[in-house]
Amino acid sequence: MSNATTTGRAPSVYVPSAEALSTVLAPGARPPRPNALSASLTFGWRALLKIKHVPEQLFDVTAFPIIMVLMFTYLFGGALADSPRDYLQFFLPGIMVTSVVMITMYTGIGLNTDIEKGVFDRFRTLSIWRPAPLVGMIFGDVLRYVLAAVVILCVGLVLGFRPDGGLPGVLAGIGLLVVFSFAFSWVWTFFGLVLRSEKSVMGVSMMVLFPLTFLSNVFVDPATMPGWLQAFVKVNPITQLVASVRAVMSGTSDPSATMWTLLWSAGFVVVFGTLTMYRYNRR
Amino acid sequence: MKRTTGPAIEAEGLTRSFGDTRALAGIDLRVPAGTVYGLLGPNGAGKTTAVRVLATLLRPDGGRARVFGHDVVTEADAVRARMSLTGQYASVDEDLTGLENLMLLARLLGHRKPAARERAEGMLAAFGLTDAADRQVKKYSGGMRRRIDIAASILNTPDLLFLDEPTTGLDPRSRNQVWEIVRAVVAHGTTVLLTTQYLDEADQLAGRIAVVDHGRVIAEGTPGELKSSVGSGSIHLRLRDPGQRPEAERLLQAALGVPVQLEPDPVALTARVGGAGSDLDASAQAARALGDLAHAGIVVDDFSLGQPSLDEVFLALTDHPAVTSDERDDELEAAR
Ligand SMILES: Nc1ncnc2c1ncn2[C@@H]1O[C@H](COP(=O)(O)OP(=O)(O)O)[C@@H](O)[C@H]1O
Ligand SMILES: [Mg+2]
Repeated sequence: MSNATTTGRAPSVYVPSAEALSTVLAPGARPPRPNALSASLTFGWRALLKIKHVPEQLFDVTAFPIIMVLMFTYLFGGALADSPRDYLQFFLPGIMVTSVVMITMYTGIGLNTDIEKGVFDRFRTLSIWRPAPLVGMIFGDVLRYVLAAVVILCVGLVLGFRPDGGLPGVLAGIGLLVVFSFAFSWVWTFFGLVLRSEKSVMGVSMMVLFPLTFLSNVFVDPATMPGWLQAFVKVNPITQLVASVRAVMSGTSDPSATMWTLLWSAGFVVVFGTLTMYRYNRR
Repeated sequence: MKRTTGPAIEAEGLTRSFGDTRALAGIDLRVPAGTVYGLLGPNGAGKTTAVRVLATLLRPDGGRARVFGHDVVTEADAVRARMSLTGQYASVDEDLTGLENLMLLARLLGHRKPAARERAEGMLAAFGLTDAADRQVKKYSGGMRRRIDIAASILNTPDLLFLDEPTTGLDPRSRNQVWEIVRAVVAHGTTVLLTTQYLDEADQLAGRIAVVDHGRVIAEGTPGELKSSVGSGSIHLRLRDPGQRPEAERLLQAALGVPVQLEPDPVALTARVGGAGSDLDASAQAARALGDLAHAGIVVDDFSLGQPSLDEVFLALTDHPAVTSDERDDELEAAR
């Protein structure tokens, strides 16, 4: 950006030509409107293009998880288990869930800044499936969730994490996590639309995410907690998700936890997806 | 094309408030198809709100509006299929390149990938943006930005195009380019609803103009009708000798047939010219008046002939000047 392109002055002066304009204006047959999936995927493509042009946004989804894994493994590993390495077997699926679920809040922040710009007005005047811009945006975010999960997995493997479930178990675990995170993102699209500023979205996100991730089975076995806390931990969707991911990664399964994870996911999409679309249409 | 005979837009009694601010206080509009229609008004008059209601982005609190016969609230999707909007502020994605933006929209209009690319490239060429195709829009100049905004809006050759203050903040050359584009678009059969703060812009482009103030239409008609109600311009004179001013006032009044205004400056006078009262145009009237003054031996040091400003139109129509009270716009402007 050192040259004169920032001023953007074209070398030769543009003179609008009525002929050239009338050629592009000539109405070819209007194509039929795209279906819901194709419109959503097109918005997913937009998200990819934005990552291409602003790659810094991937920093959050890679650096943050690495720091989380290193910090918790060495900080708590010795105290909570016999050795960091043992703790890692228990802890890695949990920290993977925590990191990715934390990253979901960027969906709300991104939407909040995006929607203030005029381009969303254009999207909202297109004759397309209404949720497509938001669904596509979350498709792009899902890619970041996968990336973050893979980064954490790699760090874990380097530190000595050895999942008994092997590759299928790990893939199934990441799959569950991504499904849940996709659904959970709709909570943030809602807040992204309702709240006024990026800062307030961030504030609300923290208030929701900290209790949800810490008051769970991520860091310690709930059996060590007082009864009232156990009650909360048990219904916490993060607990269910961590239990099911842990199970598949270690080569077993926890059908009840998996069922609850999927039910919570469906619930988030139905409730917050509906609220989001209500707000989106009502502005 | 269907329904080209009916009006493009019909609105009755549209109201919309934001908290205590009454942005629309009952707007009636009737925009004939195939023309450029101007909404003229100062900052904060309610132009953007009106456009957003008609473009299905905002719900009115009251009243109703139809676009090509479709209700903007209950048949929003049918309205969307036939119109597009270039908002007051950037309405493309600034992080993406010009080509990517147009391809994205072409895909969303239902073109398959190769056709979308072809359409986008053709559009960039027609708008003189081929060299900037692979540059991010945030690096475009103001004029180029406006062009890509408008290009994005006519990708689907809409039947109705909303342009919200398309030339505000542009240099005169870019402004002329936008005018040429608007003329080409309307020549092609698209109806254009254009908002502006400049009388000369509405005059240049629009077949009919509605003057908007405080959320109401306070005057409506062809540019000629509006101007003749105001006078098409004013002549400002400065005399060498303040003692000759009463004589000059009398002569001007006789030559122009309108009241002459005495300015606080003891040598200055102002009068409207080119109003309905005369069949001469403004410059001929002014020339005759100057001739009369010279004949009577009155020395004129300086004179100028100007179009009536929006302020003068407002003064004439409302008896209050066009106050700009839109803090929100000011903030946005400052944030740019
Ligand atoms: N989203 C909004 N929230 C609060 N006030 C608004 C909003 N949009 C417009 N207004 C107010 O409504 C009035 C009309 O604004 P607008 O339609 O933008 O006028 P114009 O486009 O003619 O400058 C202004 O007083 C403005 O401050
Ligand atoms: Mg405006």
